[in-house]
Amino acid sequence: MEREKLIETMESILGPQGVVSEREQLRTYECDGLMNYRVIPELVVLPENAEQVQRIVAVLYDEGVPFVARGSGTGLSGGALPVASGVLIVLARMRKILEVDIPNQRVVVEPGVINLWVSQEVADEGYYYAPDPASQVVSSIGGNLAENSGGVHCLKYGFTTNHVLGAEVVLADGSVVHLGGGKAPDSPGYDLLGSFVGSEGTLGIATRITLRLCRKPESVRTLLAAFEDTEGAGGAVSGIIGSGIVPAAIEMMDSLCIQAVETAVAPGFPDAGAVLIVELDGPEAEVEQQFRQTIEICEANDASEVRVAEDDEERALFWKGRKAAFAAMGRISNDYYVQDGVVPRTELPAVLKKISDLGAQYGMRVANVFHAGDGNLHPLVLYDNAVEGEAEKAEDLAGDIVFVCLEHGGSLTGEHGIGEDKKKYMPKMFTSEDMDTMQLLRCAFDPHGLSNPGKLFPTPRLCGERPGPYQMHPVQKAGLAENF
Amino acid sequence: MAATGTNVHVGQIRSIVGDANAREATENDAIDGVAPHFVAEPESVEDLSRLMSFASGEGLAIAPRGAGTKLSIGNPPSELDLVVGTANLGGIIEYVPGDQVVRVEAGISLEDLQERLESEDQMLGLDPPEKRAGATVGGIVATNSSGPRRLRYGTVRDLIIGITVVLPDGTVAKAGSKVVKNVAGYDLSKLFTGSVGSAGVIAQANFRLHPLPEAARTLAVEPGGTREAGEAAQAVMHSQAEPSAMELHWSADGGTLTVLLEGIEAGVSAQSETVTELLSSFGEVRTLTSEEADALGPQEPPQVGGDEVVLKVSAYPAALSEVLDLVLGAAQRGGLWPRITGHAGSGVLFAGLSGGAEEALVGAVEEVRGAVLRGYPGGSVVVHEAPLAVKQRVEAWGPAGDKGPLIRRVKERFDPGGTMNPGRFIGGL
Repeated sequence: MEREKLIETMESILGPQGVVSEREQLRTYECDGLMNYRVIPELVVLPENAEQVQRIVAVLYDEGVPFVARGSGTGLSGGALPVASGVLIVLARMRKILEVDIPNQRVVVEPGVINLWVSQEVADEGYYYAPDPASQVVSSIGGNLAENSGGVHCLKYGFTTNHVLGAEVVLADGSVVHLGGGKAPDSPGYDLLGSFVGSEGTLGIATRITLRLCRKPESVRTLLAAFEDTEGAGGAVSGIIGSGIVPAAIEMMDSLCIQAVETAVAPGFPDAGAVLIVELDGPEAEVEQQFRQTIEICEANDASEVRVAEDDEERALFWKGRKAAFAAMGRISNDYYVQDGVVPRTELPAVLKKISDLGAQYGMRVANVFHAGDGNLHPLVLYDNAVEGEAEKAEDLAGDIVFVCLEHGGSLTGEHGIGEDKKKYMPKMFTSEDMDTMQLLRCAFDPHGLSNPGKLFPTPRLCGERPGPYQMHPVQKAGLAENF
Repeated sequence: MAATGTNVHVGQIRSIVGDANAREATENDAIDGVAPHFVAEPESVEDLSRLMSFASGEGLAIAPRGAGTKLSIGNPPSELDLVVGTANLGGIIEYVPGDQVVRVEAGISLEDLQERLESEDQMLGLDPPEKRAGATVGGIVATNSSGPRRLRYGTVRDLIIGITVVLPDGTVAKAGSKVVKNVAGYDLSKLFTGSVGSAGVIAQANFRLHPLPEAARTLAVEPGGTREAGEAAQAVMHSQAEPSAMELHWSADGGTLTVLLEGIEAGVSAQSETVTELLSSFGEVRTLTSEEADALGPQEPPQVGGDEVVLKVSAYPAALSEVLDLVLGAAQRGGLWPRITGHAGSGVLFAGLSGGAEEALVGAVEEVRGAVLRGYPGGSVVVHEAPLAVKQRVEAWGPAGDKGPLIRRVKERFDPGGTMNPGRFIGGL
């Protein structure tokens, strides 16, 4: 379809205010949170409801035009990077909380709803939505679903995938399916919902999402402990986990990170080699006893200071320091590269040592802030883009760090996703058989590879579909659902 | 498969998995009355891969099997030639207690695994009723089986973090990892959870673990009726107590609601007070002895060859009393004896119906299914156990809904020859 005709068709579905086609305006959407990849899409469309999404996708399918879905665009792996000849479907106008069902502890939302809004909506009823990525004030539920977002509290409560119970999905051919039982558990058949969550927009677009709500805990206790170095802090982490305590969160920051955060938001963190923020929540009697035990473990591991948050305000201050960590790097370095790798918890000391060695070898500073409880590292490689070759060097160093994670039995990414950024590394973690098998799923959902093409896998698998114009599969035309 | 090929196949299967690990099948290997020709139990993933590649090349219909404790699940097979057992794949591959992660071969029994984990004060948070019968980890994943503690720890999908599968063409593929937090690649662990051997054989699985609770207490109350049972469950669900399980045990004459509290002693005893207070308006609250709690336990599977139909009814958690009424009503109308247990906080009831003729059982299944599908969109009624004559008349899984064609496409991609457990999966796939 010619560009003009495509614009016209999209405007007939969305009205002129729902279509962006001017080059300067399109530039707004050329990247997501990972800014070193930029592509200007052919067109941006802004649907306001599920039916419009379905109609848009059906048109694109008939015309063989690829598309990329985007929520708030905060992703850090280029998952919402547009494709040049494709349409970017921005879901930010689909922001309705459709249903709050407290008796069943569920909420139904549109994909553009901001993560934090869900908790705000149900706070008065004593509930909240557990996954809390650092981006939660801006990132959308649809984007969280696509990336299987984590957060600081996922050690105890799990990830987005554990809290998404149903999704209405528009598949690449424009058909609509309901995955997962929604309010009812254990939908029989393949767990297609579980496969869809975290598929980074490559299997379709969720237009309506059912989430689990959690009851607010009776008690929350938070402490900040300072250590001479990350090794001491790591010892405390092992001690806490080894004692059978399941903390709501354990976060670690090294001295460079503390320094940056102090410069940026001044939470009053102690001047130390490393700090831990540990939070316990749950029934009060349990939390009280285990919190005392946690303090003892920190002290036994030579904590130079243990500061207990006396009230919500102080707790918020601790978390402000932690959540500001990425952005704070701007105060001590012109540019920084955020890495996201995972290692088995017991490998943390060895891996931190290797990261520090690699930094020395490259002659670059690396700040460390991470989810220590689940071994999810976020090394921040500091560099100066104005210096020729530094950006490449930083990316190489970040790549070497993630290879160290793999050597120690870990993963390429714990929460930021593969997207555009890490697809080249996938063969380091998975064999071609692994990736071909994963792509069988892609072939079942989207045989023509129209939904977010080129992401996640280094090379797309051909699905053995007949070449030629895109056509409705005969079984779909025949309405297979009835004789299924 | 041509009958004349039988001997040739046995020889080839033996040459792949070793003489001791292959045999001709007996009547005991039959699934819903359909007898296979051979049973092979490979000792390694490599042998399993070669076996699968050979068998699907020959067009043999394959049923993967763990301990065989849940072979009654699904529709009767449309064909069956070869049972691929995981009895010789029963090891722990890697267990680092400090990581709270374990990697196992699919054929290990959950009981053996838990015993090993308990020695490190850890556990896998799965407690399906077939555990006592020796169910394997692979079988539990393949059937998406769960138990009372799902209220706290979730189900297989929440605990599995990595998988190795062997596809019908012999491809060995893994997904996930051995770290709890990982978003690299598609999550095939979840795809294979509940796949009932329809897409390939699960060879290995990785799980996140939890600390073993130090203390446990089970409280019980006998609510006056189904409405009170529902209200009692809601009261606990919306409180700040964090029970590990909340189970309903019900018959035509009423029943019991139990609440399992676990953790450290101080927490358990404080929570017991809270929950006792919540439940006391519904009847006298008792603390069960561990023997009493065990005896009540999750529902035991019915006698093989019995006349009981066991349905898994999934509906909305807050609709407990309505669903209970609906099942009891159907039983009464059919003149059937109901035996109900359920995960009261999760929206899952297991309803055993017996004591009636085939016609009455079929009618009750259809009545319950119809009412659940109408009343609770997204809900389902799955026939877990039933006499063969009943299974031949009702669809085991119920309708697949609008995702039916997508399920079919997934099946066709993973098993293009249609040799994996043909007929048994949803939609007769």
